[in-house]
Amino acid sequence: MKRLLLGDEAIALGAIHAGLSGVYAYPGTPSTEITEFIQADALARERGLHSRWCTNEKTAMEAALGMSYMGKRALVCMKHVGLNVCADPFVNSAMTGVNGGVVVLVADDPSMHSSQDEQDSRFYGKFAMIPTLEPSSQQEAYDMMAYAFDYSEQQCLPVLMRVTTRMAHSRAVVQVKDEARAENPLNYKSVAANWVLLPANARRRNDKVTAQQTQLEEDALNSPFNLYKEGCTAPREYNRKHALGIIASGIAYNYVEECFPEGYPYPLMKVSQYPLPKKLVRRMMEKCEQIMIVEEGQPFIEDMVRGVTDNVWMYGKLDGTLPRTGELTPDIVLQSLNKVISKYTTKAILHSYKTDQKWYLPDVAKNFAPSENVVPRPPALCQGCGHRDVYTALNEVLKEFENPRVFGDIGCYTLGFLPPYRAIHSCVDMGASITMAKGAADAGQWPAVAVIGDSTFTHSGMTGLLDAVNENADITVIISDNLTTAMTGGQDSAGTNKFESICRGLGVAEEHLHVVVPLPKNMPEITRIIREELNYHGVSVIIPRRECIQTFKRHAKEKKAENK
Amino acid sequence: MKTDIILCGVGGQGILSIATIIGEAAMNENLYIKQAEVHGMSQRGGDVQSNLRISSEPIASDLIPQGKADVIISMEPMEALRYLPYLSAGGWVITSSVPFVNIPNYPDMEVVNAELSKLPHVVAIDIEQLAKDNGIPRSANMILLGAAQKALGIDYAKLEAAIRRVFARKGDAVVDANIKALAIGKAQAV
Repeated sequence: MKRLLLGDEAIALGAIHAGLSGVYAYPGTPSTEITEFIQADALARERGLHSRWCTNEKTAMEAALGMSYMGKRALVCMKHVGLNVCADPFVNSAMTGVNGGVVVLVADDPSMHSSQDEQDSRFYGKFAMIPTLEPSSQQEAYDMMAYAFDYSEQQCLPVLMRVTTRMAHSRAVVQVKDEARAENPLNYKSVAANWVLLPANARRRNDKVTAQQTQLEEDALNSPFNLYKEGCTAPREYNRKHALGIIASGIAYNYVEECFPEGYPYPLMKVSQYPLPKKLVRRMMEKCEQIMIVEEGQPFIEDMVRGVTDNVWMYGKLDGTLPRTGELTPDIVLQSLNKVISKYTTKAILHSYKTDQKWYLPDVAKNFAPSENVVPRPPALCQGCGHRDVYTALNEVLKEFENPRVFGDIGCYTLGFLPPYRAIHSCVDMGASITMAKGAADAGQWPAVAVIGDSTFTHSGMTGLLDAVNENADITVIISDNLTTAMTGGQDSAGTNKFESICRGLGVAEEHLHVVVPLPKNMPEITRIIREELNYHGVSVIIPRRECIQTFKRHAKEKKAENK
Repeated sequence: MKTDIILCGVGGQGILSIATIIGEAAMNENLYIKQAEVHGMSQRGGDVQSNLRISSEPIASDLIPQGKADVIISMEPMEALRYLPYLSAGGWVITSSVPFVNIPNYPDMEVVNAELSKLPHVVAIDIEQLAKDNGIPRSANMILLGAAQKALGIDYAKLEAAIRRVFARKGDAVVDANIKALAIGKAQAV
């Protein structure tokens, strides 16, 4: 049957149909909708597939390995920076290998629509010696899941699947299967000697996985997802070569296709499975005078293809033909192709095909100039959001200090950096607020304040708080608890109803642990507590707690519907 | 046939439900569809857009190239102008005339209206007032869709059927309100 699915949803359904037994994930744009789809899917519920949110990406990856150990298929989903959090189990999962298939789905975010960097996860695949897939369409994303689980079990290695924002968050009609493969039964085939990474075992596994790379590259060469199209024109007579071959990967392939509605006249190579099949690249080098490499993200393929040579006949991101940063668009690809083709040699060569007009680049469409009256409309904290009251109170108290520093964290409350609050001085990665505040206090800063959300605190803040408690660091930690993971759309938060006991358990003194309700009417109480705790020279934790206004509205609506 | 549509507005205004109806109608016609959406941080009151492409032939890019959009459907007048470079020479702009002011430097509405009126094909409607006057305050976005129907080149009956299918689980009252809104919008665009 046909369904209109987001790339993320196609991945989720593909996994369910491939006999998945559990998805393990922490919410992160643009990957969140995969797990949400599985949580809501009727068959997944009927089968009782694991789909509850994990505390962070590392716990997710490790739980998936446990499921695989017992022979079942597991999917791990995260945004690109989440792969940093689970880098340890991810890299070592190549050393242990897998029993049941494991697919690690990572959604990169070029242009940083909702992220702090543009890292390209394909480098992780190469670095960990793990085969990597990169779909170029939603249909391919669906089809690849069955392939990836089979391949993972065949090679006894996890498979990394890399998508980007446009693939994750774009819908298309997808032809899906009517029936799902059965789940794997539990088995005891996992060999302890592979899974216990003592040096002697790990060395043996390292040799094995390293030797396996040749086979993985051979498989990529024959992959149904990698294409080499010869092009429909004859090469030049005097040297039997074409003017310009193009290598395009993932979603970038679509932008090249968009430029040539009638098909590209010369060789065109699509890369959707890695390790990069070098034989195919060499074939193109032999048959084309010039090569252009179009890929979404960092110049991963280009760097390998160029090597250390400074080839003037190669175009891509490293020579400035395509922009080094930011997301590609069909316009950027078209303009860059025009740049390359308008260079003298290529132009002359292209003109020798003048007989057939349809292979020319389409003209850049005439368009309206950008409006001069449009102003930016940055995102902002919602009206009625509790974080607003937290920042109002904090700013009021901090006015009394000469050089206060507020270390922020990842979540909606990062928007506190923007006017009107301008309330935070840093935001680096999940959990860094507490540890950076501690380091600043170690350096002599006072007052040093950390502002962290509830979900971010359980994700990566607890260990940092333990460091601070152990040294009784002079910091004030504000855990702004809105009872949900709000930024990604309101997923369950791992620590809900547990924060006071977590803080006590980590050793925060009872008299320096406070819970307040962030509402304008409570401002005198909140500011008094903040002031007192800033003046206390040790670890204090203040927990302003009020439900996220978005989930509050949603819950009210659901309640109303129930009562009808 | 091939229609490239940019849907835009401010996070939370409901542009995705317009996209859902068009997508449902197109899928029922066995057309190809690609629809790039914005999720995540921008949804918190920032500018949001969705690129919706429908075609009888396979579609390559998820994003619409500049100068190729046949229609801009906007829930907010300044947001309609934000995507002008994507509008084709003969393209239509169907927009709400009501500004959503959540920024301190929102331009003067006279300037915005003057720029809109210079475009070849513009329909600007106070959809919120119309929705209120007709007792369907939550269906303003479907009024906009009704006004865009002709420019979209999708049969009115097919949009209506799509509304029935998509809103069916929300009950007859919701279906009726949205169909009424579609009709009001269509009448506005004549």
